[in-house]
Amino acid sequence: MLDDKDRIFTNLYGIHDWGIEGARKRGDWDGTAAILARGRDALVDEMKASGLRGRGGAGFPTGMKWSFMPKTSDGRPSYLVINADESEPGTCKDRDIMRHDPHKLVEGALLASFAMGAHASYIYIRGEFYNEALNLQAAIDQAYEAGLIGKNACGSGWDFDLYLHRGAGAYICGEETALLESLEGKKGMPRLKPPFPAAVGLYGCPTTVNNVESIAVVPTILRRGAAWFSALGRPKNAGTKLFCISGHVNKPCNVEEELGIPLRELIDTYCGGVRGGWDNLLAVIPGGSSVPLLPKSICDTVLMDFDSLRDVKSGLGTAAVIVMDKSTDLIAAIAKLAHFYKHESCGQCTPCREGTGWMMRVMNRMVQGRAELSEIDTLEQVTKQIEGHTICALGDAAAWPIQGLIRHFRPVMEDRIAAYKRGRSPAMAIAAE
Amino acid sequence: MAKVTVDGREIEVANGSSVLQACEAAGVEIPRFCYHDRLSVAGNCRMCLVEVEKAPKPIASCSYPIAEGMVIKTDTPMVRNGRRGVMEFLLINHPLDCPICDQGGECDLQDQAFSYGQDHSRYEENKRAVKDKYLGPLVKTIMTRCIQCTRCIRFATEIAGVPELGATARGENMEVTTYVEKALTSELSGNLIDICPVGALTSKPYAFVARPWELRKTDSIDVLDAVGSAIRVDARGSEVLRILPRMNDDVNEEWLGDKSRFSFDGLKRRRLDKPWVRIDGKLRPATWLEAFDAVSTKLKGMPGDKIGAIAGDLCDAESMLALKDLMAGLGSANLDCRQDGARIDASRRDFYVFNSSIAGIEEADALLIIGSNPRREAPVLNARIRKRQLAAPFPIGVIGAHAELTYMAEWLGDGPSTIASLPEAFAKVLADAKRPMIIVGQGALARPDGMAVLAAAWKLASSIGALTAEWHGFNVLHTAAARVGALDLGFLPGPGAKTLDAMMGGGVDLLWLLGADEFDTTRIGADTFVVYQGHHGDAGAARADVILPGSTYVEKPGTYVNTEGRVQRTGKAVFAPGEAREDWAILRAFSAAIDKPLPYDDLDALRARLEQVNPVFGRLGFLPRFGANDLTAPGGDPATVSATAFVPAIADYYQTNPISRASAVMAECTQTYAPTPALAAE
Repeated sequence: MLDDKDRIFTNLYGIHDWGIEGARKRGDWDGTAAILARGRDALVDEMKASGLRGRGGAGFPTGMKWSFMPKTSDGRPSYLVINADESEPGTCKDRDIMRHDPHKLVEGALLASFAMGAHASYIYIRGEFYNEALNLQAAIDQAYEAGLIGKNACGSGWDFDLYLHRGAGAYICGEETALLESLEGKKGMPRLKPPFPAAVGLYGCPTTVNNVESIAVVPTILRRGAAWFSALGRPKNAGTKLFCISGHVNKPCNVEEELGIPLRELIDTYCGGVRGGWDNLLAVIPGGSSVPLLPKSICDTVLMDFDSLRDVKSGLGTAAVIVMDKSTDLIAAIAKLAHFYKHESCGQCTPCREGTGWMMRVMNRMVQGRAELSEIDTLEQVTKQIEGHTICALGDAAAWPIQGLIRHFRPVMEDRIAAYKRGRSPAMAIAAE
Repeated sequence: MAKVTVDGREIEVANGSSVLQACEAAGVEIPRFCYHDRLSVAGNCRMCLVEVEKAPKPIASCSYPIAEGMVIKTDTPMVRNGRRGVMEFLLINHPLDCPICDQGGECDLQDQAFSYGQDHSRYEENKRAVKDKYLGPLVKTIMTRCIQCTRCIRFATEIAGVPELGATARGENMEVTTYVEKALTSELSGNLIDICPVGALTSKPYAFVARPWELRKTDSIDVLDAVGSAIRVDARGSEVLRILPRMNDDVNEEWLGDKSRFSFDGLKRRRLDKPWVRIDGKLRPATWLEAFDAVSTKLKGMPGDKIGAIAGDLCDAESMLALKDLMAGLGSANLDCRQDGARIDASRRDFYVFNSSIAGIEEADALLIIGSNPRREAPVLNARIRKRQLAAPFPIGVIGAHAELTYMAEWLGDGPSTIASLPEAFAKVLADAKRPMIIVGQGALARPDGMAVLAAAWKLASSIGALTAEWHGFNVLHTAAARVGALDLGFLPGPGAKTLDAMMGGGVDLLWLLGADEFDTTRIGADTFVVYQGHHGDAGAARADVILPGSTYVEKPGTYVNTEGRVQRTGKAVFAPGEAREDWAILRAFSAAIDKPLPYDDLDALRARLEQVNPVFGRLGFLPRFGANDLTAPGGDPATVSATAFVPAIADYYQTNPISRASAVMAECTQTYAPTPALAAE
């Protein structure tokens, strides 16, 4: 269990003042100028040494991402864009950072921008986060007023401007290049890569897109040192992470914990356990709607970090743990996700545009069992036809939940179909489980 | 150059090429829908996926840049499954209405489904239906067939320069639309039909008319503007059913203006299919002999000085030369081809052609347009100017009427006086340019001070360095397909002979109109005997005393010279209706009827004579580029330009010749695109 002294987000639950006074009491903005004085390369090296992996879902090493930014400008400015379009079902970590601890993000934006030679940074916040945007904007204004950002930020001689941009409610705009398109005022559709944003990003300029949590942990890491951060967690999965646990637990919550904590310990310690006890657990989606679910047998032992979850063919994603007990109609749950991805597909690539609708319709029939047994195979093949064939990862994200369902709960689907053919109600089929 | 391996074959391709280009260079076919050579890369159809060694996923070859040593595989299970998957996805929501689809037989989706698809569908759900959109009188939409490749959106935005199409909604609800329903305001909208890989955008006039395999295809040249776009005339029996562009990178790339594409229904209407003779003030049908008799009777004893001939805008060089020779036999040099009254110095070829060449626009680095609206006068050429400006900064100045040209242009003034007093900033742009271009339109020349304007434009060209041994930046943009050919063979008044103006009001007693309809025929003297030889019952035929039915450009093999001076030939796609004949043959027959036989009995002999008159006619298709070797200015005093503003040469793009005036489709276009009259207060 994580020591309180090692927590980064000390106002995660909003019991203290989120404003600049409160933030300063918690140690934010302490010696920021001194950190900046260490120089750009030192900061990047420190971040590399910390082993921080991107908190937005893909888990790409943050320090390495920063190092892709050009060292000397070719005339174009560089930008840091912060992805606050937190729309992944089950995820609510960035939201609490922005409403309860916004100064961590603002300070992180300054440090990260400095480390990549950007004088301006944009925060693209999810449109639905209205109150969060108000708090964040207030925090930005406070920081400007205190001279912490703006011209000669913190007295360091570095000019830095931070802008908040509200999105309009499209899940796809959380994909980094679609976000850039949207920020430029175009339709939110992912761009072809290469070129990557570090070469051609926002307005055609070198850009790094980072998740809110990735940026918000930067000041603390730089203050306490890479060694402290990398000592937490497991090898290659360093540090602490915000977990958002929802679903059939007694006390759903957001909590900061070390990476690599066993899933069972996470649920039992912080959430009061699974509703009806651990044995009542059916499955867990460990990292937001986009990753395949895990049956109880795996949940018993799995560790919550990038590599451990990848080894069981799932993923840490955004660390949004969705717990489902035995009262859950899993097929209906995954059908709901299929509907979500069909609704949020941007429509650019053929496989995703056409495939998500197909999957949703088949899944909707599967909920009733109104299908043929062979259609389970067809469905799996359709997911394979989408996966890896699209510009962005939304196609993969739409395919994986269904793949997970078929991989672990195929008998449930078969029973449902058989029950429908026998003319029995689907509920009986579940009870028979 | 980079070395890559495609399916085990090592090839060298230019750096910066895409994987798809590399595969094509290696002779490997890559299926595609959204990718088009002349449009930006969208990379969204995912049909062109190939496998690259060491890449975990298949990559979209159209957008992926090659790298040294890359190993590309296009025939692996991964690639085959990818293609089959994409094809299946494309087809699940595509209606299987090929039997009633006009794209059938020339459909990319059909062809590729045949090559790369599965033989059955596993999709059991209902198919998507999409509401059809209205895009104007030319493009028919069946949006349920749309596969969202966005080619049309990119064409409208990039090539046509009218960003009026876009996609609304997302996911499977994504629709291509104009959002607010309206007809596309582009003169190139017909190209959307070609560019659409499926039957979502088809030709409205051609709807349910024919199947591609029923059509007889004839390569030809468009003559409805002076660009000389390469076309293919598709006919069934004696009827032309559609006209499509052919590829010619030097002229039209693969685009075609709407007038050139959709006027073909005018080929069937108001046709002159038998000779007519005016008897007692009324035109009556006659035989060829009677018609010839009527003319030769009239000609008997008439002094050559009182005979005149005017050539129209659609005439082929062969018939114009035959007419010129016929007139010479009758002792007349009263010839004119300038119906619009353009003042042209024909003493040197570079005074009246588009010297930089159309492809050369892409090499220019500054442009001044004088008295021309290229968008209306030559839409395909206009697209080239836009292409140039999209490629790199390309300052463009316009002297003449305000117009939306689809690219950024600075308006400098409205009359010829501006030529000598350009705004300082733009004068500097031109002077600093390495390859500046000046385009002089017919709006600048078809006016009393046309010679002075021409001379002023030349003077400006030479002062800004547009005339060098490597670069000829002086260009005349014509609107009539026949004009340059007529000038090349000297269809102009001989020394001391009468011009068009002098032939009016009784200047001649017999006037031979060879398809001439574009001047005010009421100016012809009441006693002048008018012979109209042409194909449509238009202005000229209405005034005629004898009508000799001729052929349109799809009914005869004719030689035309485009505005660049490029000599090209049309093909004979169908036979002329009724008793109508090829025009040179009519003239040859008439010359025999009056015992002054022309010295050629077949087209080859006539063409040999053409070449003898002007050797340029022997250089078919190919256009050598000349620098400006002789800086002597054309005649005319630049100082005498008037203060009158330039008037556009074309008032209505859709109605510029007898064929388009006879076309119902063009009439509908005029109705659709005419400026809306101001509504009275309601």
